[in-house]
Amino acid sequence: MPKLTINGIRTDVERGTTVLEAAKFLGIPIPTLCHDDGLKPYGACRLCVVEVGTPPKSKLLSACTLLAEEGMVVQTHSKRVERARQLLLELYVATCPQSKTIQDLASSHGLRRVRLEPKNEDCIQCGKCVRMCAEQMMAGAIGFAYRGANREVIFPFHRRSDVCRQCGACMYVCPVCELRCQGAQAETTLCSGCINFSPACLNYHDHAMCFLDPCVACELAGPLHPAPVKRTEKPKPPDLSAARLDAGPHVGK
Amino acid sequence: MTKLRSIQELEALRAALGADRGSAGSCLSVCCGSGCKASGADDVMKACREALERRGLAGKIDLKGTGCHGFCEKGPVMLVWPEGVFYNHVTAHDAADIVASLADGHHPVERLLYRDPATGERVLREEDVPFYARQHRVLFAQNGKIDPTSIADYFQVGGYAAVARVLSATSPAEVVESVKRSGLRGRGGAGFFTGRKWEVVQRQAAETKYIICNADEGDPGAFMDRSLLEGNPHSVLEGMIIGAYAMGASEGFIYVRAEYPLAVERLRVAIAQAEEHGLLGDEILGAGLNFSIRLVEGAGAFVCGEETALIASIEGRVGEPRQRPPFPAEGGLWGKPTCINNVKTWASIPVIINRGADWYASIGTERSKGTMVFALVGKINNTGLVEVPMGITLREMIYGIGGGIPEGKQLKAVQIGGPSGGCIPASLLDLPIDYEALTEAGSMMGSGGMVVMDEDSCMVDVARYFMEFLEEESCGKCFSCREGLRRLHEIVKRITEGEGREEDLDLLQELGWMVRETSLCGLGQTAPNPLLSTLRYFRDEYEAHVREKRCPAKVCRKLITYRIDPVLCNGCGACVRVCSSTAILGEKKEAHTIDDARCTKCGSCLEVCQPKAVLVE
Repeated sequence: MPKLTINGIRTDVERGTTVLEAAKFLGIPIPTLCHDDGLKPYGACRLCVVEVGTPPKSKLLSACTLLAEEGMVVQTHSKRVERARQLLLELYVATCPQSKTIQDLASSHGLRRVRLEPKNEDCIQCGKCVRMCAEQMMAGAIGFAYRGANREVIFPFHRRSDVCRQCGACMYVCPVCELRCQGAQAETTLCSGCINFSPACLNYHDHAMCFLDPCVACELAGPLHPAPVKRTEKPKPPDLSAARLDAGPHVGK
Repeated sequence: MTKLRSIQELEALRAALGADRGSAGSCLSVCCGSGCKASGADDVMKACREALERRGLAGKIDLKGTGCHGFCEKGPVMLVWPEGVFYNHVTAHDAADIVASLADGHHPVERLLYRDPATGERVLREEDVPFYARQHRVLFAQNGKIDPTSIADYFQVGGYAAVARVLSATSPAEVVESVKRSGLRGRGGAGFFTGRKWEVVQRQAAETKYIICNADEGDPGAFMDRSLLEGNPHSVLEGMIIGAYAMGASEGFIYVRAEYPLAVERLRVAIAQAEEHGLLGDEILGAGLNFSIRLVEGAGAFVCGEETALIASIEGRVGEPRQRPPFPAEGGLWGKPTCINNVKTWASIPVIINRGADWYASIGTERSKGTMVFALVGKINNTGLVEVPMGITLREMIYGIGGGIPEGKQLKAVQIGGPSGGCIPASLLDLPIDYEALTEAGSMMGSGGMVVMDEDSCMVDVARYFMEFLEEESCGKCFSCREGLRRLHEIVKRITEGEGREEDLDLLQELGWMVRETSLCGLGQTAPNPLLSTLRYFRDEYEAHVREKRCPAKVCRKLITYRIDPVLCNGCGACVRVCSSTAILGEKKEAHTIDDARCTKCGSCLEVCQPKAVLVE
């Protein structure tokens, strides 16, 4: 039972527990993008990095792949970690500005400007779709190919695989394309499109549609804003006709 | 050849072989490393063989193709033993004279001797050539003497004596202790104390353990490992056998990049010979050690030089690294305890066993012991492989051994450690070569690449070059490295094209910091080094590119113009003939002009212009 210290709290965990799991158990929230409790840890998004060791001999390691060890000293929200996360998120927003998940993560980390050119990509290569397909759907129809900037998720040899049952699990689990922001203005990276929508929470609707905390809309224009925008009419539902419903891994390219 | 079944049999064979030819009789050693081969060493060998036959000396004078001697600038290189006479720039036409000089009284062929530019005098022996005199050749000591395809040669210079000593008189724990005491640090770049790594592997209670030699050498411009593998492959095998004994491994792998066909070939031959002689396989020298080595070729990825990616590659998986901890010493190849070390590290082991850990520790600085091999390249007079004691200053390396900068130009920076290392400015020339000193200065020791840059090198362009390389070679798994390097490259490229913005400099600094802090493996963690070190020491060059859209070194093509001085131009038309973009116009005997719109800044006209009328602005 390794004993480790997270944010000054000493805790005993079972052998084989990751630092992410240990932190969660203690109620410490660590942001993740490529992690899912049902999938093997991958460590690609780097958002869950935590500071391990005592400065100056400490380094940042991804908590999801790090096994808790006896005597480990972890800080999940040090200045160094927070600054790294902010810069990472700035890069994430610049890569996929249309992703609501990323926009929300960014705003919850206090990101207010993006200095990099937006790329409007569909994939952050978190590997959730690949792992979902292989581990949960037992199909393994898609995978990573090529190296570096050319790396992408494809069917083997770009041919639709016959083990793909079109179950849609890959789309379901994708953190970038699934919750696609409907009001994106591509010219600005932090689009604030959410301001033009009413928040999707119970204050406005019969059923809560927002499970994020806080939603940018709520922060900028909703009940959490000191001077919320007054709405005179109920907002129209978003026009989905132009949205790509087949978004996800680039099938049949 | 029958297997050597005991240490006594090995010693008997060694005695029967006698002293190496070079000490006893005459021997011509022609460097047949990749570099000299490219300059015609094979023709020299053939011509020498024919000349010896013609004079009936084929039985009396030995002719050997050896490994890289190191003074690559002066290749093809030849050594004449036993005197140790050093000939440079040897061609096939010189063979007759060389053989004649040996047959008729040993007067050396003067025109082939090295001329010291400082004194103007010809130097007779290799050890007196300034390039060599200041070196301390330990790992490369035998490269000028032995034929790498002959295990007999290796025996003659004491090969496998360390294995015999270890198997007969030392316990595995004592071997590890010896390596620890020597202070040897990993020569692959990170400089982790080898003895400590060996100790961790040794202590693992596992049935199966593995030894790996990392011969992937991916740094552009680095060829130290290649030359060691081509010139003395047995030294690496010997080190691995000793390691297997010390740590309890029964299988070893040498992961060599496929782009080194000669090294692969020499290794195959060496492994086969060692097996034939019972130095690899079961019951090595009858002393109970079972150890075999397999050769695995790489497939063209720089990232596979990273230990966990290399292991993945051997396992047949995609060469992508994984986060460490856990380290390979505890869980490596197929999950078993694995000791992975660089070529030079393995080759250092027999030296430590034979000459003693204390002898090894007497060389170098307090924390960086032994010798280090560098590939000295770039804007330097004496290009080649250099082996020096740790602690030698950069000044000594560049001016003492390297012979200074060609054309008397000013030194600007030294890039050490390949794409993972940083640039050290000329102001820090008295920095000792030592792991800690280099890291503090913003660079790192790396595997031994040392690129010299002069006043005509643009440091922003250097950063751009490395970012381009690293972006291409990134495995792409983790976001920080993949996207971060892409952006860093993009921004630096924009700066070299005159589209840099003031905010870019701080952005590069912050983004670079983030990539270094959050990347999953060593490639990403060190990738920002070339950029961050040039920003630190050459910020003025970046500012000139950004604020004035000017490249001070006149390298960045979009920021320079080629112009012909109408006064100096004599209208000879030599430039028109070499211009591949037909950008130069002019009548015979009249001043020519360059059309900037068509000019690609290739520099051909600059090279051929006799009156030096082509100006770069």
